[in-house]
Amino acid sequence: MMSQPKTKKETQDLFELYRQMLLIRRFEEASAKAYSMGKIGGFCHLYIGQEAVGVGAISALEEKDYIVSTYRDHGHALARGLEPKSLMAELFGKRTGIVAGNGGSMHFFDKKKNFMGGHGIVGGHISLAAGIAYASKYREDQAVTLCFFGEGAANIGSFHEGMNLAAIWKLPLVMICENNHYAMGTPEYRALSVKDVSVRAAAYDIARDHIEGDEVRKVRDHVKVAVERARRGEGPTLMEISTYRFRGHSMSDPAKYRTKEELDKYKQGDPLIKAEKDLIGSGWAQEEISKLDETIAKQIEEAVDFAEKSEEPPLGWLYKHVYAENM
Amino acid sequence: MAVLTYREALNRAMTEEMEKDPNIFLMGEEVGHYEGAYKVSQGMLAKFGEKRVIDTPISENGFAGVGIGAAMVGLRPIIEFMTWNFSLVAIDQIINSAAKMNYMSAGQFPIPIVFRGAGGAGGRLAAQHSQSFESWYAHIPGLKVLAPYTPADAYGLLKTSIRDNNPTIFIESEVLYGSKGEVPEGEFSIPMGKADIKREGTQLTIVSWSRALMYVLPAAEKLAKEGISVEVLDLRSIRPLDEEAILTSVRKTNRALIVEEGWNVAGFGAQVAYLIQKDAFDYLDSPVERITQEDVPMPYAANLERSSLPSEEKIIQKVRSMIK
Repeated sequence: MMSQPKTKKETQDLFELYRQMLLIRRFEEASAKAYSMGKIGGFCHLYIGQEAVGVGAISALEEKDYIVSTYRDHGHALARGLEPKSLMAELFGKRTGIVAGNGGSMHFFDKKKNFMGGHGIVGGHISLAAGIAYASKYREDQAVTLCFFGEGAANIGSFHEGMNLAAIWKLPLVMICENNHYAMGTPEYRALSVKDVSVRAAAYDIARDHIEGDEVRKVRDHVKVAVERARRGEGPTLMEISTYRFRGHSMSDPAKYRTKEELDKYKQGDPLIKAEKDLIGSGWAQEEISKLDETIAKQIEEAVDFAEKSEEPPLGWLYKHVYAENM
Repeated sequence: MAVLTYREALNRAMTEEMEKDPNIFLMGEEVGHYEGAYKVSQGMLAKFGEKRVIDTPISENGFAGVGIGAAMVGLRPIIEFMTWNFSLVAIDQIINSAAKMNYMSAGQFPIPIVFRGAGGAGGRLAAQHSQSFESWYAHIPGLKVLAPYTPADAYGLLKTSIRDNNPTIFIESEVLYGSKGEVPEGEFSIPMGKADIKREGTQLTIVSWSRALMYVLPAAEKLAKEGISVEVLDLRSIRPLDEEAILTSVRKTNRALIVEEGWNVAGFGAQVAYLIQKDAFDYLDSPVERITQEDVPMPYAANLERSSLPSEEKIIQKVRSMIK
């Protein structure tokens, strides 16, 4: 357990991290609502419960660093500072969306923020992340690539090939396994030969770390160590951050494979409640926290309104971007 | 004009492009110290060093993904598959990542990458090492697919592929690496989507590409001696496809035969046949025909391998039956 923030800087830091987590929580709640109203199509994988992982990890990065995400990318995108408006508009399939309605929930991309995509194939993005890190090494630009994946992806070939290549070439890559204990409906004990994915680091002779992911500052501090190691040229790290999703795998999953008792137990460790307690314990007024909630609620309301009112992409865009133009 | 082998022409194209652009690198199994399983990258490690000519472990899915990731941030990788047969374990990366990235990101992340290597039927390499995959990759929007026959085309089209901002599937023919041909001095490139008339004729058009032309061209020669005038079109570029060249030729000759080394079912020739019946139907004096590999995995026995592939004899007989 981390101690409560003591200095003014620490408490302000925590407040900012809390703000980001709350933004994700409210964004996701609004997405769930819009999905059930039929305004969002396709798959919609919510991040509720895992906020401390994305926010903590991404806060350990610099602007020049890269993030590669999965199909569960809303939280990572918001933590990186992508605009809730353009993300919500993307979910609604509008022309004002972050990728103009071409991607939807699983495919957020933002070049300006080095947000290198949500990727829909489980684990396929891991070797892409190694490639981005490879380019950093090639160019000596000192950037680090952070790659998120779930424990389900740790069993796919791309994970092992990506790890091995990153290890032999000492790439500046931080691999974060967000272990939420279920690959869709398959519990980890039925799919993983090891309880802790990070022990697989030994097979590649690289650094490893394993933490619980319910305290956002703790996540940040641990990820920072791995990021700095990568930046120093000492190669990749494989981290497992244990977490829990409060909702099903996607909006279509009622999550009947787990008990109410189990869910309740994890809800006791809700990262937002923990951070809120820490804020109050360090002297932050409840009033300030409530005010923040109101501000964010308004921001989300505006995002939904913006998405709702935006136009669909023109049909003339159907063939746009199938091929890039040559210069 | 210099006479180069197919492999030398490819080597020259890569070397010249890498000299000009430090963002280009070559990666694959045995491309460096071994100088290429088919010696296509001979001398390149010595010239460019280990930073730009990179040997990989056997992990096609992994290094294809690494190439795509590097391309996302502006490098221009050339990824060699020792043979296209091995590309199948990387097909998720090629189709789900390379081909889709620019579209999914609304143009934010073009993927300027070349996947290249040996393909087609080989000398008794049997079922797992002797296959043509043009049709597979041509099926996917977002990819470009090339299959050169001559050293000059190999040179000119590889240059274009390296400079293109899209993922390119560059299928070389394993059997052609040692074949020789004239390659003009000085630098040139050949645009994609331009077929080449290998031989002019008036009575029938044969549409083909890559190694299959080894059977087509001598067959056309023999048919000419019988008084049958065959026009031979080398597509070179499968996607984009030079539809105009195909239609112009068929409207002139009124008959079409497509010869390919791939399988018949859902093969690329079916697409060409569709195009011809759709846009040149009124010009046709006989049904569009195809000669393909037989519908079997490649056998090892020499006689069976031969009989499973297109041949001069099969082409000559088919053309005769169409002209009658």
